Amino acid sequence: MTPIFRRLIPLLLTTSFLTACTGGESNVEIGNREGILHFGNGSEPQGLDPHVVTGVPENKLVRALFEGLAVKNPWTLEPEPGVAQSWDISEDGTVYTFHINPEAKWSNGEPITASDYVWSWNRALHPAMGNQYAYMLFPVVNAEAFARRQVEDFADVGVKALDERTLQVTLNAPTPYFLQLMDHYSTFAVHPETILKHGAMTDRYTKWTRQGNMVNSGPFNLKEWLLNRRIVVEKSDTYWDRDKVRLNGVVYYPTENLVSEERMFRVGQLHSTATVPLDKIPVYQAMDNSPYVQSPYLGTYFYLINTKRKPMNDVRVRKALSLAIDRVKLTDTVLQKSGYPAYSITPPDTLGYNPPKLFDYDPDKARQLLADAGFPDGEGWPEVELIYNTSEDHRKIAVALQQMWKDVLNVHVIISNQEWKVYLDSVDTMNFDIARRGWIGDYVDPNNFLDLYITDGGNNNTGFADPRYDEMILNLAPQAKSREERYRIFYEAETMLMEQMPILPIFTYTNKKLLHPSVRDMPSNLMDSLNLKYVWLDPNWDSNDKMENPQ
Amino acid sequence: MWRFIGIRLLQAIPVILAVITVTFFLVRVAPGGPFSAEKAVLPEVKAALEAQYRLDLPLFQQYTAYLGDLAQGEFGPSFKYPGRSVNELIGAGLPVTAELGFYALLVAVIIGGLAGVIAALKPNTRQDYIPMTVAMIGICMPSFLLGPLLVLIFGIYLDWLPVSGWGDIPGDKILPAITLGSAYAAYIARLSRAGMLEVMSQDYIRTARAKGLPEWQVVVKHGLRGGLIPVVTFLGPAFAGLLAGSFVVETIFQIPGLGRFYVQAAFNRDYTMILGTTVFLSTLIVLFNLLSDILAAWMNPRLRAQFGEQ
Amino acid sequence: MTTEIITDIADAEQGSSLWHDAWLRLRKNRLALAGGIILVGFSLIALLTPWIAPYAYDAQNLELGASPPSAQHWLGTDIFGRDLLTQIMYGGRVSLAVGFVATSVALLIGVTWGAIAGYVGGKVDAVMMRLVDILYALPFMIFIVLLMVVFGRNILLLFLAIGAVEWLTMARIMRGQVQQLRQQEFVEAAISLGLPPRTIIRRHLIPNALGPIIVYTTLTIPSVMLLEAFLSFLGLGIQPPQTSWGLLISYGAETMEEFPWLLIFPGLALTITLFSLNFLGDGLRDALDVRRSKD
Repeated sequence: MTPIFRRLIPLLLTTSFLTACTGGESNVEIGNREGILHFGNGSEPQGLDPHVVTGVPENKLVRALFEGLAVKNPWTLEPEPGVAQSWDISEDGTVYTFHINPEAKWSNGEPITASDYVWSWNRALHPAMGNQYAYMLFPVVNAEAFARRQVEDFADVGVKALDERTLQVTLNAPTPYFLQLMDHYSTFAVHPETILKHGAMTDRYTKWTRQGNMVNSGPFNLKEWLLNRRIVVEKSDTYWDRDKVRLNGVVYYPTENLVSEERMFRVGQLHSTATVPLDKIPVYQAMDNSPYVQSPYLGTYFYLINTKRKPMNDVRVRKALSLAIDRVKLTDTVLQKSGYPAYSITPPDTLGYNPPKLFDYDPDKARQLLADAGFPDGEGWPEVELIYNTSEDHRKIAVALQQMWKDVLNVHVIISNQEWKVYLDSVDTMNFDIARRGWIGDYVDPNNFLDLYITDGGNNNTGFADPRYDEMILNLAPQAKSREERYRIFYEAETMLMEQMPILPIFTYTNKKLLHPSVRDMPSNLMDSLNLKYVWLDPNWDSNDKMENPQ
Repeated sequence: MWRFIGIRLLQAIPVILAVITVTFFLVRVAPGGPFSAEKAVLPEVKAALEAQYRLDLPLFQQYTAYLGDLAQGEFGPSFKYPGRSVNELIGAGLPVTAELGFYALLVAVIIGGLAGVIAALKPNTRQDYIPMTVAMIGICMPSFLLGPLLVLIFGIYLDWLPVSGWGDIPGDKILPAITLGSAYAAYIARLSRAGMLEVMSQDYIRTARAKGLPEWQVVVKHGLRGGLIPVVTFLGPAFAGLLAGSFVVETIFQIPGLGRFYVQAAFNRDYTMILGTTVFLSTLIVLFNLLSDILAAWMNPRLRAQFGEQ
Repeated sequence: MTTEIITDIADAEQGSSLWHDAWLRLRKNRLALAGGIILVGFSLIALLTPWIAPYAYDAQNLELGASPPSAQHWLGTDIFGRDLLTQIMYGGRVSLAVGFVATSVALLIGVTWGAIAGYVGGKVDAVMMRLVDILYALPFMIFIVLLMVVFGRNILLLFLAIGAVEWLTMARIMRGQVQQLRQQEFVEAAISLGLPPRTIIRRHLIPNALGPIIVYTTLTIPSVMLLEAFLSFLGLGIQPPQTSWGLLISYGAETMEEFPWLLIFPGLALTITLFSLNFLGDGLRDALDVRRSKD
């Protein structure tokens, strides 16, 4: 053998080794056999501290590691026992008594107590903590005052440990959605000793959430956390409902790039993706036994209008802009049917509530309104700018709407995308004419959408102000005697809102993802609420299996 | 020579200090703070967050406090990733990006250097055009195009290589290295071709030829040394630039590197992270520029003589 | 007196023969000539686009959506049903403009800066080059974000910003070249004749460093075109419905499987331009090679 050949052999070996390896078993195949779910999670989480983080990827992780007092059933979204095995609600709906499951344990084996909850809520609400979701607990007596430093002593806040296993919570007013809030991570309990071991109660910069340090309460424990690479959790053997947990573990991938994520799914690196690129939707929809899953989502995509600026300070102009949008065409073409036309702020069927529909696509009426406002056929239309934060989908929608306005009203609206933080600054300071906005519900209740538009509300950003509206949302609705009455008040308020049109509703979001057919009992729901304790993988899946949605 | 290095190292101190100062104030002028979020943040919450990160202090005090931390080698906590220090984030990303950058430059130097030298030996013939055209492909194909294309061909249709990841599945480093390196290959090819042409027309090459040395010896012994000076000058800043510029490739292949942190820190207004990565990268840039200057001097006989005199 | 005469003669000789000879040599280089013709052609098309484009650049047809090349739309349509040929023509205006303007800015600043630093040397060189180091190290994104916020959105400003960033490498290369040339006999001769530095830089150093400068320029043009696409993509560059080749390619890259023509045609436009530039650049480099011309 010549020397050159001898030198080539290792090289050839390596190359054949490489090809052999990728031709082997995929993540999904191995995962199905070993009960490990490979999950595309969208991005690297900021962290895993329930009182620090915000965001969807964080939510998916924290809810695997921690559990709330009551959790949402993934099929029905009704509350079911979590850390609390049961609860009593007083006649007037203002006092909740939670009975903590005696089997509920921290991952170090210690029982979860009512005083752990009192300590944790103190932390979640503490003014030094900087918890951006502190307001989730504001229905509780004095919680808001404590968070705003108006009440110094946490003992004045309406949460008491009656004994080690009984937690009593007193609310300001009946809050029909309060149990839902118990499934939000900002109300979760954390292990006091662990946190104090690694720093002060309100420290954000602490290492208690690292693997090896973390003590948690959920169905899974943190096994490995490789920055920007993956987070691995494994089944907990201290979790009270461990017998129900069928997965042995979950691997979360920070799949920031949608195109790459879709490719990872295609080669079997992922069981489930965080989302699907718009252009791929028709391709997947056309497949037999498509892995594409789409379902309604509790969120609305809309444009904010600055009602303080000309010419949008004229309600006729706002209505003209809204009536000129062909939402059906937009959702059918640009959005590939991955959104439903929206004509109001609250998504349809929000726990039985349906918003008013006051208008439809009507080019003639739109032109008439614009003419009445002093711009016949767009004559004299000033410079109006629409801003959106940088994203492919926002761009596509803006470009399509720009053209619709031009075609119907003969007005030119300048569109410009802004880098995220610049955009936030513009919206916050109302430095815009029209701005893209989305709102995803924190809990399933019309209130979560309608209280955005109370006068000077932090998320109002339109200049809309109506004392009657405020009265209905802040006082009348909470005092309503029945659900019907409450919804009637909401309906009336929402009608008032849409008659003033400070926002242009565009479409209702959907949840969209690619899901491998071997994944079972991972239903879609309005909140995209994932409860991993029900999920399992079927190694004997058949390519004819469709995603089922058993109740 | 040592004096030259010493002077340059001393000069680096004001450079880095200037970078820190300008960056420190620049990031605070940019609109949108680190804690602005889509859902409005309560004023009390915002105040608490600012207090936790010393942002409530007067600006100049923040600056001196930061310099104090820096003097102890502390970049401070990240704002975006609350449980992590900037030191830790850089420590996690750097080895990955450095490795990626090294492979990429290796790819670039092998493809580009070879193409450039071969082309320069017979300029304006087929031996020139073909390698240069091959090297040019890299520059016509930006990484946001080449990356997905390579993945599609080798990852999905042929199923030879993994579509993403870093060090998880064997072979997952190949496509990112080629994607990142090919852009640089074109540069190196151009620079080395130009440099070689320059050198090959010099008198001492003619002398060497006249002495009857075989052509390959002339090229290797005399040509390469002078001809590759522009390449060497380019490599230093290129490597430092690679560390910051691997953002796109890191995003496409989901590589846990420094490039993503560097760019995203700016978008997140993660002040400490922006400063940390900038200070770190500026130090590297200064060092690598120095290194390439030294190398270029060493390769250039005349400049070397000058150093000898000093 | 004598020195002036000598330089005058040298200047006259170089002035006429350098450019004239270069042109003669360039004309013989068919590839370079073809490259030049294509570039001129593309520039003409770009200039005339508003009059000759087959469709309005923002005319949508959402029901049609992305369609492959056809008789009505020679290069097909994008997802909004807009004519791709029109998009490419309008995109060319932005890309060619950014390529040439930003590169010229970079060239002007970089060459001057590098030549002065390299020629003067010593403390001036050290200060100038350390300034380059500082600018190199500043976080580019923040810089651009600030520019956009302070001065508003303005294409010209974008060009200047890109140019202001790209000149740094140019300065380093120029300085290296000048340092090397300074040691050469003919420059030493010029210095010993007492020629003023400005004349030496202009008459001897820059012409002799033209080769690498041209090469680097042909590399800078594509990189500023792509930088523009990157910035626009991030919301820091041009705004829709305006477009550029870089943006068209980046959108096309996302749908390369579904609608390959959206990638192929803009990609071809960019590739042809870059290759033409390269051949022209090489031709120029060879044509302007002072030493070879004296062989």
